[in-house]
This record gives sequence, structure tokens and C-alpha cells, in this order.
Amino acid sequence: MALTLAAVAVGLVSASGVPGMVLPGRPRLGQLLSCAALCAGAALGIGAAVSALAGGTALNVHHPWPVPLGSLALRLDGLSAIFLLPILAVPALGSVYGLGYWPQHVLGGRAARLQLLYGLVTGSMALVTLADNALLFLFAWEVMAVSSFLLVLTEQEKPGVSRAAFAFLAATHVGTFALFALFSWAGNARHSFDFAQWQGLPAAGATGVWCLALLLAGFGLKSGLAPLHFWLPGAHAAAPSHVSALMSGVLLKTGIYGLLRFTGLFDAPPVGWGMTVLVLGAVSAVLGVVLALAQHDLKRLLAYHSVENIGIIAMGVGLALLGRARAEPALVLLGFSGAALHVVNHSLFKSLLFLGAGSVQHATGTRDLEHLGGLGARMPFTSLLFLVGAAAISGLPPLNGFASEWLVALGALHSMDRPRGDVVGFAVLAAPALALVGGLAAACFAKVQGTVFLGNPRSEHAAGAHESPTAMLLPMAALALACAAIGLAPSLLLPPLARAAAAWAGLPPSALAGPAAEAGRSATLVSGAALALLLAAAALWLFRRRRLPGPMPTAETWGCGYASPTARMQYTASSFAASLVRGFGWAVRSRVRLSPPRGLFPAQASFATEVADPVLDGVLLPAAGAGERWLVRLRAAYPGRIQFHAVLILLTLVATLVWSLLL
Amino acid sequence: MTDLLARALFQAGLVLLAPPLLLGIVNRVKALFAGRKGPPLWQAYLDLAKLLRKGAVYSRTTTWVFRAGPVVGLAAVACAGLMLPVGGQPALLAFPGDFILFAYLLGLARFFTALAALDTGSSFEGMGAAREVTFASMAEPALFLALIVLARATGSLSLSGMLGPGLTGAWSAAAPALLLALIGLFVVTLAENARIPVDDPNTHLELTMIHEVMVLDHSGPDLAFILYGAAMKLFLFGAVVVGLVQRSGTAGPWASRAWFLLGVAGFAVLVGVVESVMARLRLTRVPQMLVGASVLSVFALVLLLR
Repeated sequence: MALTLAAVAVGLVSASGVPGMVLPGRPRLGQLLSCAALCAGAALGIGAAVSALAGGTALNVHHPWPVPLGSLALRLDGLSAIFLLPILAVPALGSVYGLGYWPQHVLGGRAARLQLLYGLVTGSMALVTLADNALLFLFAWEVMAVSSFLLVLTEQEKPGVSRAAFAFLAATHVGTFALFALFSWAGNARHSFDFAQWQGLPAAGATGVWCLALLLAGFGLKSGLAPLHFWLPGAHAAAPSHVSALMSGVLLKTGIYGLLRFTGLFDAPPVGWGMTVLVLGAVSAVLGVVLALAQHDLKRLLAYHSVENIGIIAMGVGLALLGRARAEPALVLLGFSGAALHVVNHSLFKSLLFLGAGSVQHATGTRDLEHLGGLGARMPFTSLLFLVGAAAISGLPPLNGFASEWLVALGALHSMDRPRGDVVGFAVLAAPALALVGGLAAACFAKVQGTVFLGNPRSEHAAGAHESPTAMLLPMAALALACAAIGLAPSLLLPPLARAAAAWAGLPPSALAGPAAEAGRSATLVSGAALALLLAAAALWLFRRRRLPGPMPTAETWGCGYASPTARMQYTASSFAASLVRGFGWAVRSRVRLSPPRGLFPAQASFATEVADPVLDGVLLPAAGAGERWLVRLRAAYPGRIQFHAVLILLTLVATLVWSLLL
Repeated sequence: MTDLLARALFQAGLVLLAPPLLLGIVNRVKALFAGRKGPPLWQAYLDLAKLLRKGAVYSRTTTWVFRAGPVVGLAAVACAGLMLPVGGQPALLAFPGDFILFAYLLGLARFFTALAALDTGSSFEGMGAAREVTFASMAEPALFLALIVLARATGSLSLSGMLGPGLTGAWSAAAPALLLALIGLFVVTLAENARIPVDDPNTHLELTMIHEVMVLDHSGPDLAFILYGAAMKLFLFGAVVVGLVQRSGTAGPWASRAWFLLGVAGFAVLVGVVESVMARLRLTRVPQMLVGASVLSVFALVLLLR
């Protein structure tokens, strides 16, 4: 029943953009119908996922499919349901936001196309989490990749957009290629392409190393795990904001889903798997947040924070894999539930922040931090909602980001429960790494909130800003409420997470019951502390109100006696982050363009910095440039006749023939 | 039941009432070193009472964030106090991983103080906020590492367990590691609480301040909240440092409470001595000092894990 609902939801969501396309004469009605269809489909799918999480048993259907090696096999278990929730909820809210942000009656056919692709990418993401057959999975994976590529291209006339979209397309297809290799190996080993037949694949030895490499290449590229994140900031910054919210909030998570789903199929992954994923996660988290600190484009900054959060999720996955390798149920439970909860949490606060960034861009026409400021007085609701997202992503209590980071950190601490000399004990260093990342993220979001919403406006655009329409505020409010709710009561989510973790690790549910109960008790006390915090803050606020009744006198900000400060005297975003960025100079290279003031009466002077991505600008583009120069030289020796092609093909055939005879 | 009540009252009373006294002791020690008589020990209480009776002046640039900063800051620090074991007794709120919540609540206080500073649009306060978050992001891993050493040595993941009865055995089994962690913890304490050699609470030049410059525009009850919160934070760190060196469980609970009070006073004297005999470090040196503290704790951890 739940699975049928989910399948109907996939269909409804995928086709939700059709009304907008077939009603070009009535754009408002078309977009409203499309949005309603997407929301209805999402509601059905969420209902199915909730009932699957509450029930705790996996549901399967299996139908023949005339495609060779394929079958229409669907499966809804705890893992799929956890991912299905944000995958449906975020795009539904995003499409409501789109009513105000990307209205069809103003933008015409382009908005209708965007709506069509928006539904299609949502449906294909949902199908990815439900697919139980390799071909069906790859089909959905490919639809998802191509439709999100087209979504990035929405504003292709803007500079840099088509380049970013191309980098995304290339990266995603390299990843798919790795998945082809992995799936053909597994399919040949098991003579079936149904995932149900792949349970218990061997993970030991050299085969295991290859499998891990393919898994990390395929799913790491999709999820933006460093150093495979190079395509991500460009693509997420180039898309319209509600598309960025979808891409950063949920599309990346399909990579994490793949990593969890397929590591779950392998039998007893060795310690090396967990350690590799853990270390990659830590590198990704630190690198992501450091690069984010150096950005002054609001959306690029948020995109780099996705690299950071994917890193935190990967740390949880790594800990859970270590738990499986050492048969430590507490480690499995805490790592898995921390990662899974952070998947949900990150999708909530990251899409909230991207929608907020969209509102800022909508109101001011810029997303350069150095041109913003003072929006808190002009857009009070957006400012408050963005603050909730900023505190949540920094992992501050009492919001949801803390709950999941706390679970991952607790998992890292439990890795110390090993005898002396066990290398797994050193996984505890993930906890201080998380603390470093949390501190840097808080620094970065103090910078963002401070330079965008607080202080004085730094440009006329910012000074003339206006509050967003209700259609844009409501989805943000819903996301902020969800962040607060999960942060206040994380213990309610632990039982379903524990069931999913047990199914993932191939353990009976009772094996994780003890650690789950203990973590639940601690989580209840965390809720208690959060409640105490809210009460204390409310009491202090009331006390302050009693002490300071009525309007208080106002004055200029203290400037050491200087009485007419201007907005240009404020600390800028770049200077706020400068000392941290300098401290991490080994990772962040800033390109400085400086024309200093010269002469006694300097007329013109300018200063601009731009932060290069260490992987894309530091390694890939130079390598590609060198390769291109080499190929150009090769072309000089190439006569360009069709007979030459035929000879080349023949020579290749002969070479392969000789190769196969020799082996 | 009476034991629980006594614990609750002692912890709440101490966390709420003792902090300003700590500032008095520190200032008295500094005065003695400088050959002055110095203010009375209870001067900070008088300052707080006076500020609470005053009105406030607000910058025209500010919004509600500026007014919320001190409130959230004080509430978060007080909440962190719920998890603090005092006098060798377990805290009111103790669970595995509570020190993570402890550290992140202090982070919440810092986040809102920095936002309130940025809300004024002043470059001085922006500078202070930038420095505060920069140093804090280096101090936080150092704090985690020191506490993880304690956790490994005592086999407990809660602050109450780390500073509880298991500590006596840990000192006899792993004294070098605990000593390294203690040094790391003391350095973090000085940095987190804006004391010399990281920041000078008595400085008068806006350009060189860290913590003090962030709160330049606050006045009246808001400033009282900030001063009280800062004193409470110093007390929290002091209590952890004292808990780490105190041998508990040898005498009755009240004896160990008395020893604890003496220890906290001694901690305040130590901070005062450090402030009197040391100069401030250059700002660029501070991250090196904090990384050094982290490295000490990593050494300690390697000693315990290998």
C-alpha cells in the first residue's frame, strides 16, 4: 500500500510541470496547478515514507520490464524512506517559493520549462531512492542528471552559467561511468541486476579496494565530497535560487544515499573502508568551510558549505562502517543515525538559506556580500528566518544542526572504546575535527548574517530593499519550524533511525536496541537543556523589558568620538574572514587584482580578490590545458582522411585480437 | 533525596552567585602585584547592581539582534552551568556527550555576541567580532582534545564522570597525559575568557581589544548581562580546571566541596598572577599558542591510545 502510494507520488511529481506547459495562455493558473500537483504528490510520498518508517519492514514489488537485464523492482525500506522525506518536501516548498520568485506570468515559457524540469528532477530523485534494480536506478540517475543540467542552464545568457553547467554535466557523467563499471561487475558476479540479489557482496582484498574506489568516484562526484566537489560551487551558484535549494539541499544527498545503499550490500567492509570515508569526510568538511569563509558571493559561499556538510555526513558514514568492521553496535548506531539525521537536517537548513539568498537577490539585485548590509531593518522576516538557518548550519543548540552533529561526535567518542593499539581508536580525532568545523562555520555565518542583514547598507541596492511576498516567506517559515522542531525533540527520531541502521548493517533490530535506548536518554536530556535555554532566555528578556520600559534614547554608534560614520567605514566581509583565510593559506589561494593609488592626487584605485578553487583552478584546468596542447600537436600529424580512420579501426581490432589471443 | 537537593542547591547557588567574586580576586591579586590597594573583593557585585538600575542608550543602526545578544549570551552560559560538576559531585545534568553541548552552548553565546557587535555597523566592533570568532574556532578543537584525553583516561563521556571518582585512578595510571591535557585546558581557559596573554580586559585602546571591543555599544542592564555572563564563563572553565586537579571521594561531600571552593579561589589567584607577570601576545601569535595547546593534547591522546 505504502509502496503503491510512493509510486503514484513519483508519477504525479514527475508530471507536475505539465499544466504549466499546456496552459500557456493562463500562466498564473498553470503554475498554481503545477505547484499543487507537486505538493500533492509530495504529500502522498511523504505519507508513504512515514508509514514505512513507522512500520519498520521493507516493502518490495517486482514487475518484468522489456528492457534487457532490467526489471521494474521497487523497494521502500527505512533507508529509502529517510531520504524520500527531504527529497519530496524540499522541492514542494521550493515550488511554492517559485510562485513568488519565478512567476510564470512574468517570465513566460522559461518559467514553465523550469517548472517541468523541477518536477521531473524531483520524481527521478524519488525513483532513485526506490529503485531496486541496477538498470532502473541508472535510468532514474540519468534523468536526474540531465534534467538538473538543464535546470542549471535556465539563465544561460548570464556569464559563466554555461561553463558551470558543462562542468556539472562532465562530472556527473564521469561518476555515472564509475557506476556502470561497478554495476557490471556486481551484475556479472551475481547473474542478476536486482539489488536484492547483490546482498553480501565480498568487500575484502583487492576487489574490495576497487569497489570502494568506484563507489567513491561514482557517489562522491554526485555528492560533492572533496576533492570531487569542483563542479559544485559553480553549478549551485549559477542556478535560480529555488533550484539551488533543491540541488544543494537534496540532489547531493542522492550520492550519500547511493553510498549508504551500496555499502549496505557489501559484507563486513574492512576497517580501511570506514577510515577512508571518515578521512575524506573530515577533509571535505574542513576544506569546504575554509573555502566558504573566503567567498564573497553569497550563493557560492552557501554552495561551499554543502561540501562541508556532505563531509560531516561522510564522517558519520565512515564511523558506521568502522562500527560494522569491528562489530561495535554503538558505533554503527551513532554513525548511521548521525549521518542520516544530518542528511535530513542539512536539506532543511541549506534550502532555507538558499531561499533566503534568493530573497536577498530578489530584493537587492546582488548577492555580493560587499554590496549588502542593513537588510534586517528592511526585510525583518527574511532576516529572522535566515538567522534560524545560519544558527542551525553552525550546529548551535537548540536547533537541528546540533542534534545530528552531536550524534556524529558521540559516535567518534565511542570509537575510543577499543583496546590500546587498535587503529580504530584514532577515529576519535573526528570529534575535534567536528569542533573545528563547527567553530569555522559559526565564524562564517556570523560574517554572512552580519554583513547581509546587520549594520548599514553598503550600496543603494541594499538601501532600497523590500520584504519578500508571502509566497516566498511561507516555505522559509515552514523550513525554519522544521529545524526548530527536530532540534527540540531529536529523541523521537532515534527509534526509526535505529531500525534503519540495523537493516543497513544486516543486524537484527534488537542488536541496536541497547545503544539506541542510551542515545535516546541522552537526546532527551539534550532536549531538556534546550528547553531550559529557551526558558532562561525568555525570563531574561522579560526581566530586561521590566528594567527598560518604554523607548530608550538613541545615539550614533560609538566611533571613538567621531560623530558622522558612514556605511563605508564598516568592517567588510573580506576583512572579517581575512585572518582565518590567511591561516589556511595552504588551501586557499586568493588572486588579488590591485591598482594602488599613485601620485600626489590619486584619481583611480581599485582592489579586488577572487578565490580560486584548489581542485578546479589548481589542478583540473591546468591539466586539461596541457592535455589540449598535446592533442593539438597530435592533430598536426593527422591527415584528416576517412581512409586513415578505417586503417586506425583495423589496427585497433588487430591489436585487441592479438591481446585476447596472448592472454 | 536530600542529597540530590543539596547538590542542586549547591550547584545552582555556586554557578549563579560565585562568578563576580572570581573577578574580585583576580583584580585584587593584580593590584597587590602593582603595589596598589585595589577595589574590594565584591566590587563586581556592586558594578552589576548599579548597571541593572541604569537605563540604556542604543545606536540608531541597531535592530532587535543587538538587544537579543546579551540575553541569549547569558542564558546560554547559565545553561552550560547545568552540566558543570562542582565540588566533586555529579552535575544536575549529566549524560554521555554532555561536554559537546557544554562547548556548543558557549559557542551559541559567542555567535550572538558577535552578531550584536556587527549590528552596530562599527568597524571596531566588527574587528573585535572577527578576532573573537577566529580565536574561538581554534580554541574549540583544543578544548575538545583536552576533554577527550580526560574521557579516555577515566572511561566516561560526561563531564561529571570525567571529573568524578574515576579521576583519582586516572591520575595514578596516566599522569603525564593528564598533565599535558591540564596545560592545554588552562591555555584554552585564558583564550576563551579573554584574559592575558590573549586579550587584556583592562585595555583602553579599541584597536587592540578583542572581547571588550565587541561590547562597546552596550549599556545598562545589557552590559550587566554581558559582564555577568563573562564572569560565569570564567567560573565554568575554572571549575573544570579545579575539578581536574582535585582528588575527590577521600572525605565527605562537604569536605570536598570546601576544597573545591578553595581550589576555585586558587585558580583566580593563578589567573591574576599570570596577568600580572605576563605581557599580551601579538594578535598573530595567539593562533600559534592555541594550536600549540591542541598539539599538547594530541600528544596526550597518543600516549593513551597507542
